[in-house]
Amino acid sequence: MEKTIHITLKIWRQKGPQAKGAFETYQLNNISTDSSFLEMLDILNEKLISEKKETIVFDHDCREGICGMCSLYINGHPHGPDEDVTTCQLHMRKFKDGETIIVEPWRSRGFPVIKDLMVDRGAFDKIIQAGGFISVTTGGVPDANAIPISKEKADEAMDAASCIGCGACVAACKNGSAMLFVAAKVSQLALLPQGKIEASRRAKAMVAKMDELGFGNCTNTGACESECPKNVSISHIARLNREFLKAKLKD
Amino acid sequence: MTQINSKIPQGPLAQKWSNYKASQKLVNPANKRRLDIIVVGTGLAGASAAASLGELGFNVLNFCIQDSPRRAHSIAAQGGINAAKNYPNDGDSVFRLFYDTIKGGDYRAREANVYRLAEVSNSIIDQCVAQGVPFAREYGGLLDNRSFGGAQVSRTFYAKGQTGQQLLLGAYSALSRQISKGSVKLHTRYEMMDVVVIDGKARGIIARNLRTGRLERFFGHAVVIATGGYGNTFFLSTNAMGSNGSAAMQCFRKGAYFANPCYAQIHPTCIPVHGEFQSKLTLMSESLRNDGRIWVPKKKEDAEAIRAGKMKPTQIPEDERDYYLERRYPAFGNLVPRDVASRAAKERCDAGYGVGATGLAVYLDFSEVINRLGRDVVEARYGNLFQMYYKIVDEDPYETPMMIYPAIHYTMGGIWVDYECMTSIEGLFAIGEANFSDHGANRLGASALMQGLADGYFVLPYTIQNYLADEIRTPRMSTELTEFAETEGAVQARIQKIMAIKGNRSVDSIHKQLGLIMWDFVGMSRTKESLQKALDAIIQVKHEFWTNVFIPGESEDLNVELEKALRVSDFIEIGELMARDALHREESCGGHFRLEYQTGDGEALRDDEKFSYVACWKYEGDGKEPSLLKEPLIYESVHMQQRNYK
Ligand SMILES: Cc1cc2nc3c(=O)[nH]c(=O)nc-3n(C[C@H](O)[C@H](O)[C@H](O)COP(=O)(O)OP(=O)(O)OC[C@H]3O[C@@H](n4cnc5c(N)ncnc54)[C@H](O)[C@@H]3O)c2cc1C
Ligand code: SF4
Ligand code: FES
Repeated sequence: MEKTIHITLKIWRQKGPQAKGAFETYQLNNISTDSSFLEMLDILNEKLISEKKETIVFDHDCREGICGMCSLYINGHPHGPDEDVTTCQLHMRKFKDGETIIVEPWRSRGFPVIKDLMVDRGAFDKIIQAGGFISVTTGGVPDANAIPISKEKADEAMDAASCIGCGACVAACKNGSAMLFVAAKVSQLALLPQGKIEASRRAKAMVAKMDELGFGNCTNTGACESECPKNVSISHIARLNREFLKAKLKD
Repeated sequence: MTQINSKIPQGPLAQKWSNYKASQKLVNPANKRRLDIIVVGTGLAGASAAASLGELGFNVLNFCIQDSPRRAHSIAAQGGINAAKNYPNDGDSVFRLFYDTIKGGDYRAREANVYRLAEVSNSIIDQCVAQGVPFAREYGGLLDNRSFGGAQVSRTFYAKGQTGQQLLLGAYSALSRQISKGSVKLHTRYEMMDVVVIDGKARGIIARNLRTGRLERFFGHAVVIATGGYGNTFFLSTNAMGSNGSAAMQCFRKGAYFANPCYAQIHPTCIPVHGEFQSKLTLMSESLRNDGRIWVPKKKEDAEAIRAGKMKPTQIPEDERDYYLERRYPAFGNLVPRDVASRAAKERCDAGYGVGATGLAVYLDFSEVINRLGRDVVEARYGNLFQMYYKIVDEDPYETPMMIYPAIHYTMGGIWVDYECMTSIEGLFAIGEANFSDHGANRLGASALMQGLADGYFVLPYTIQNYLADEIRTPRMSTELTEFAETEGAVQARIQKIMAIKGNRSVDSIHKQLGLIMWDFVGMSRTKESLQKALDAIIQVKHEFWTNVFIPGESEDLNVELEKALRVSDFIEIGELMARDALHREESCGGHFRLEYQTGDGEALRDDEKFSYVACWKYEGDGKEPSLLKEPLIYESVHMQQRNYK
């Protein structure tokens, strides 16, 4: 049988990047516990439209945990209280009847608010542009099976590559560091023979860009790993540090 | 009457592409720098095209509606990508991949395009590996393959259940490299609003800056549309929330033909609808049909008991289960093409054997493979899909069978293009899911990723030069030209018209209404009556939208409701076009199933005499019926026959 709950929401509203924001309180009744968190927000927005009010702005697209577009800091956790999911995969069955739910945007110097719950994560693109790639052009590459790669390495690279670029790691970190995000890319490419050649150069360039864009230092609190919806491991940060050191030694 | 010129090169099928490349015009490096190319979209097609054109030295402007190119809908593709590598030595070849794709498309695709697609497929895999895409590997270190529907060989490369993500991140990395070099200029959170045509040639776009709500003008010597498919016409689909058909409609209204709009793919394995509040449907990858077995109870009483919650699927003994795909199609079993599997599921549910609370679900069962290979193996293959299912449905698919039902997933129809991926407007190109060209009436699994990357990496970078070679003397044009101003003015007027309605309905509520009409009357099985009903009902939806929609906020501000409204206004037009096309096509083929046209045992019955053509719809003005042009399909290398998967 379908179960429903009543909830109170305290949601951050902010008109624009320069505007001062504040929490607003909303009451929602009879929310199906089978609905997702974002579907609950859809219902709230429908209600606001029926009252001729402006809807709450939040980022989302795939709604299946892969595009990395959704965000939201829910009850003190990026992507909410459930384990290993993004906000769009969070379901209302994780909340109690009568509960008050606090919803905020990612808060970090690197991710300024655009409107309400939507933030600007363009800095992540800039970090990738600084070196998060293998320098090959289209065509003229060897046969895909020319270089065997051990299954172990390939699987580990895949685990690192599963980062969706959501930014929860930054939002979770008291220093606002983007180390886990950077490490995931550096590690993925360093593990593969194709990417190894540029590994230390890449590490150096990406870390420099991260610093330049106002992200904080990593002090190994591990908060990023525990809030990452894709379970990206902080062991990748160790690999990043190794590559970074190698680059320093070369200088 | 206008003649359709598809520009298929001369010569035998296997040599057409080589012949084309040998004789096409090229642009020299010094001139490339002086040529601007607008690429709209950063999915597999758009990102790979923008990156490759940037590498060649063109000056590229790239647009997407998300906050990052990496978030394009391609990211969600799960199962895999096809190529004719024949690594498993199981008899694959370029010809076989070509043949399977033509047959899978129910003989409604263009031979020359499909052959080229199969021909370049192997280079895609090489390219992706070089970019660092972590495809699944065997213990020996070589690449692993799996099987997909409609094929008897294993030719699908995959990266866990996240193949689209990994391929897109590969293309995104190539794109990022070009952005850092300055050859590509990226515009995120921008939405194309119209194409600017000057003297019959596409010369730019009007785009809305989604952060500020302001309209901006961009010039390009050529414009490439890579904006994906229009499956969201149905409201509920497996597409991302922002996927839309608006760019295609803008081109259509400017004179580009819209081809085969009625060819839409219903995917057999999606998580069933579970509530009115539902915003989208989630796909469970086709790759699951490698190991999962589809069934419903043999006895109606059992199905009824399950629906009433009095019985569990695990309580039904083996010989009381109807593995209907294995029963009906012994040769392909659970791996029949999507259209066939979807209709078979609907048939069982309509006959009263469906499961789940609504009766609109069938089982996809992994118990046999878990017993045979162990939970670990299954977890390694499909772990992320099982987790996704668990989080949505709150049931553990390792313990109890998944419930699945068909849902709209992909659109084979799209902007008409010739062999060069050029639309019927000069200088306007369309690639990826946005065009119509390679999948006929039904797309095979793992072939969309292949097509998107083929177009972007290996086809368009050649063919666009054949056009641009004649444009090297065209200087960059000012966006102050009247054509730009007029186009912007028309977009502005449309926006103001929507803002001024100030009615009582939300955009979503109208979109849902359209979606239900589409699903009920233009869905998995269509009839003359249902399609006529759809056309009437869509006119009402259109009226409702234009008189009663309500958009809060301002147009010159970030306004999500306005963004949605602009897209829905186009979905309404697409819905109408789909119904019209489906009505005119008095045959069944692939994903287009007309109940009136079926064989004795319920398979699609084509009418090759009458309908062996691409239906190209041409815009004739607002409120007027579009006219129909036909591009005949001529098969030289394959023999058309009734598809048989038995
Ligand atoms: C859940 C799911 C799973 C799938 N799995 C597979 C699979 O396993 N194998 C396979 O081969 N295929 C699969 N497909 C199909 C495949 O993913 C798509 O067909 C393909 O990725 C489309 O790529 P594209 O580049 O054409 O468009 P998209 O990836 O949809 O990209 C569209 C781009 O255009 C932009 N855009 C759209 N409109 C505008 C506008 N007006 N202005 C500016 N920018 C705009 C968007 O921002 C985006 O960047 C799957 C599809 C779905 C839905
Ligand atoms: S590392 Fe994890 S939390 Fe950080 S961006 Fe990637 S997926 Fe998100
Ligand atoms: S909306 Fe795509 S990950 Fe949440």
